[in-house]
Amino acid sequence: MAFDFYLSTMWSVLKALPLTLEIWFFGIAFGLLIATGLTWLRASGYKLGEYFTRAYVFIFRGSPLLVQLYLIYFGLSQFDFVRHSPILWPILRDPMYCTIVAMALNTAAYESEIFRGALRAVPVGQIEAAKAFGMSAFTRFRLVTLPIALRLALPAYSTEIILMTKATALASVVTIMEMMGTAQKIQHDTFRPIEVLTCAGVIYLLLNLSIARLFAWVEYRLSPHLRPPPEQSQQIRPVPEVL
Amino acid sequence: MEFLNDLKDQVSTAYELLAAGWGVQLLWGIAWTLAVTVVSMLIGAVLGSLVAAAKLSHRGGLRFIGESYTTVFRGEPELLIIYLFYYGGTQVLTGVARSTGSIGSTDILNMPSFLGGVLAVGIISGAYQAEVFRGSFLAIHRGELEAARAYGMSAWLRFRLVIVPQVLRLAVPGLGNVWQLTIKDSALISVTGVAELMLTANKAARSTHHSLLFYTVAGILYLVMTSVSTPIFEKAERYTSRSFTRPK
Repeated sequence: MAFDFYLSTMWSVLKALPLTLEIWFFGIAFGLLIATGLTWLRASGYKLGEYFTRAYVFIFRGSPLLVQLYLIYFGLSQFDFVRHSPILWPILRDPMYCTIVAMALNTAAYESEIFRGALRAVPVGQIEAAKAFGMSAFTRFRLVTLPIALRLALPAYSTEIILMTKATALASVVTIMEMMGTAQKIQHDTFRPIEVLTCAGVIYLLLNLSIARLFAWVEYRLSPHLRPPPEQSQQIRPVPEVL
Repeated sequence: MEFLNDLKDQVSTAYELLAAGWGVQLLWGIAWTLAVTVVSMLIGAVLGSLVAAAKLSHRGGLRFIGESYTTVFRGEPELLIIYLFYYGGTQVLTGVARSTGSIGSTDILNMPSFLGGVLAVGIISGAYQAEVFRGSFLAIHRGELEAARAYGMSAWLRFRLVIVPQVLRLAVPGLGNVWQLTIKDSALISVTGVAELMLTANKAARSTHHSLLFYTVAGILYLVMTSVSTPIFEKAERYTSRSFTRPK
């Protein structure tokens, strides 16, 4: 009986997984686009760009995502021009799109800081060497700065992606029936919150653990130069310390 | 020009609404948000130090418990944990009260919303604080612990005189981050009905139909809270590391 209940709950919540993943994917994809723009503005050297990104990061990191979501979903529709706009209104009246917009704007603030840090952490020597080779600014960026920075950004980026998985649950407060919303509904129908939320929790945890695993694997593949040398190379005489 | 007039109208409506009592309500909301955050941080500090100790333990079983705690409570959506403590707490309380006969078999004993929310946010905060404390402990110079041992200090004395002061000093910046996170998480417990800032803004937005105004005000108030705490933690950091500054 109890086992059947767990099984059927698990199945109902799992059926909402595609919707959760949809919000997750589009939130991350648009967030990445905005973050790239912000990082570029910040790194461009224009004072105005720097002030704008600073203000952006301050606002979106300093307030809860829930406030941002409500502001976008309930607040923006008060503007007449939003309601009469043929482009904005179809987006902003739909809770699903609003969640995606809020998540993308929010994660972009965190990600742009991650990318900024990663760009700054690229060793100067590498860039100087590229310059000495006579690489153009674009080639230098494409072949030296970007690959190194991306690898450096990866650990913090994976944390941000996991935060995004958790943030998809907020869609349930604006009536989206993703995993959290579905779990809420079953919980209200059956009044067995502990069992229902445990089922949903297991799915969220497995999802996050697999995302973390995936990123760990990518990181491992991208950093062969940081791994300890394989066993047989220890027979080679170590380089003297004086070098 | 039309835009300016519109803006002037907006500002005067905002002023009227805030002066009509919503302003005071929002101030109470801030007070509750701060109360939730402070109590959650304290619960988190107790749990976090225990979990950090478990994660640093030599015993595999304790380490496993500590690891699971931080993995689960940092990996689950905050909303789910809040629902679990609020509705789950209600389920447990009702079950216990029904079986002891203190309420009728169809009555429901609700979890106090403040307690449920604070426990949930505190437990999440504890998972992040555990990582901060663990990192700070690992940053203590090994030689100091060995020296303390060589002096013949007991485990308790080492803990009190060598470990705690240094962990606290090293943990200040990390705790500042967790504090900000906890302020933001506290907005989520509006779903359980604690009259903190988010719920107050919600109520105001629904009853006056000025959602843009009230959510903007709430957003600004959250920004004020998070940005005011930054210099406070910076000052605390300077204070606790005052004997470590380089001479100029």
